[in-house]
Amino acid sequence: MTAKLSLRGVRKRFDDHEVCKGIDLDVAEGEMVCLIGASGSGKSTLLRCMNLLEPIDDGTIWLDGKDISEPGLDPQPVRQQIGIVFQSYNLFPHMTAAENVMLAPRRVRGLSREDLRPRVTQLFTRFGLGDRMEHYPDQLSGGQQQRVAIIRALAMEPQIMLFDEITSALDPELVGEVLDVLRDLRKQGMTMVLATHEMGFARELADKVCFLDAGRILEQGPPEVLFSEPRERRTKAFLSRVL
Amino acid sequence: MEETPLQKDPAEHSATTPTRREVYEAGVRRRSIRIALISTVSVILAIVVLVPLAPGWEAVQRSFFNGRVFAETFPGLLEAFLMNVMIFAWSAPLIAITGLAIALCRDTRAPALFPLRLFGIAYTDVFRGLPVVLVIYIIGFGIPGLGLPRPWNSPYIWGTLALVLVYSAYVAEVIRSGIDSIHQSQRSAAASLGLSDQDTMRFVVLPQAIRNVVPANMNLFIALQKDVALLSFIGPVEIFRQAGVYKSLYANFTPYVGAALIFLALTIPATRYADYLMNKQNRARS
Repeated sequence: MTAKLSLRGVRKRFDDHEVCKGIDLDVAEGEMVCLIGASGSGKSTLLRCMNLLEPIDDGTIWLDGKDISEPGLDPQPVRQQIGIVFQSYNLFPHMTAAENVMLAPRRVRGLSREDLRPRVTQLFTRFGLGDRMEHYPDQLSGGQQQRVAIIRALAMEPQIMLFDEITSALDPELVGEVLDVLRDLRKQGMTMVLATHEMGFARELADKVCFLDAGRILEQGPPEVLFSEPRERRTKAFLSRVL
Repeated sequence: MEETPLQKDPAEHSATTPTRREVYEAGVRRRSIRIALISTVSVILAIVVLVPLAPGWEAVQRSFFNGRVFAETFPGLLEAFLMNVMIFAWSAPLIAITGLAIALCRDTRAPALFPLRLFGIAYTDVFRGLPVVLVIYIIGFGIPGLGLPRPWNSPYIWGTLALVLVYSAYVAEVIRSGIDSIHQSQRSAAASLGLSDQDTMRFVVLPQAIRNVVPANMNLFIALQKDVALLSFIGPVEIFRQAGVYKSLYANFTPYVGAALIFLALTIPATRYADYLMNKQNRARS
């Protein structure tokens, strides 16, 4: 089976610090892959490389068998297919939740607000925010803002969703409502890659867990194997610290 | 229903009998007010008592604070001030538009638009580097000197244009600092949704940037209101020029004091409002 998204030998360097030192990774259609590892191990950078927010220095990324890492390639069509949600939500503070969600479909796909309204309303309702559509981001809780950010990415109907530690900035009691959204997406069969510190969640739902250490995928496998019988010493050390 | 009285209790407590802390803070507040009052009154008393003791005080009082001259010239000054308001009213929107255009020129990244960027840089450098009055002289006298037909030879038009040129440069820099103040993550978020650079600027960055720089721009427009008086050097009879005419007519400086009061009546509320906006913004950020 060919992978939906495939990375081979991906390298990314910021000045003289190499953050990704040759990453190989395959994500199959409908699969949920979790990236775990300490802060600074390269999880976030890897996600940002996948939807071309950061140009990679070396290696190749294939989306549906098409090389999207070609230098000079227009990144916009790729980004429409790969949505990303950030740790700090990054909602547009001067727009209501609904306007946040509708901006990209309106400008990029040329849809009108009237066209979008039913589908957007349905998304807000599905994620328990039906009565928050006309609120501004600063009138919403962290968990609500993050759910709006997820809806905003989903509104472009991407084929893959990337999640960059989306619960790390949340108060503990708000984490659950965001993870529920991910469970829901998982049930729908969305292809997802998560950088996460929620080990329990990764164990429960991931098809594959990758342990990143100093810019390399040191170990990967199904969660029941990686969490119970890690092969590498560093994986063991990391898991013993966080579990 | 038992919870309600329990919850209400602390609120009632603070409403009727103040806590120890509140008593202490009220005491500190009363003391500060008392000290401020005493020191202010003594400074004012000193001025009122000491200044009239100066040897030239009577002469100054006669030529600067003459009640009769003030009463006779004030209506004329107010009328002349309408000219200032007019000049301000049509130059301010032009400045806002030109300033925005120049700021966007400086922010272009496409190689084909490099000349625009160069123009933006040169523009802000030149017009921020010149004294306003010099630009007014050069443009206000120079362009009508080309022998243009009426009304295009009016120094009123070209003097105002000089103000527009200079102030646009300052407004452009303020807007550009506002654009820079928008965090990179906002651009990332827009890019990740597939928005183009132009759409990102127009819908995401600029609306936030302009909101952030409203107070700074208010200050510039207050300065503009005062600099309109510089046009008096090349002809238009606005309030400063009118005050000069009255000064010669009455051989008395009181009209200048009248003009100053008219300026203050407008600029002080405007400055207070700008400060209020600035404080509100600082509070919102913290």
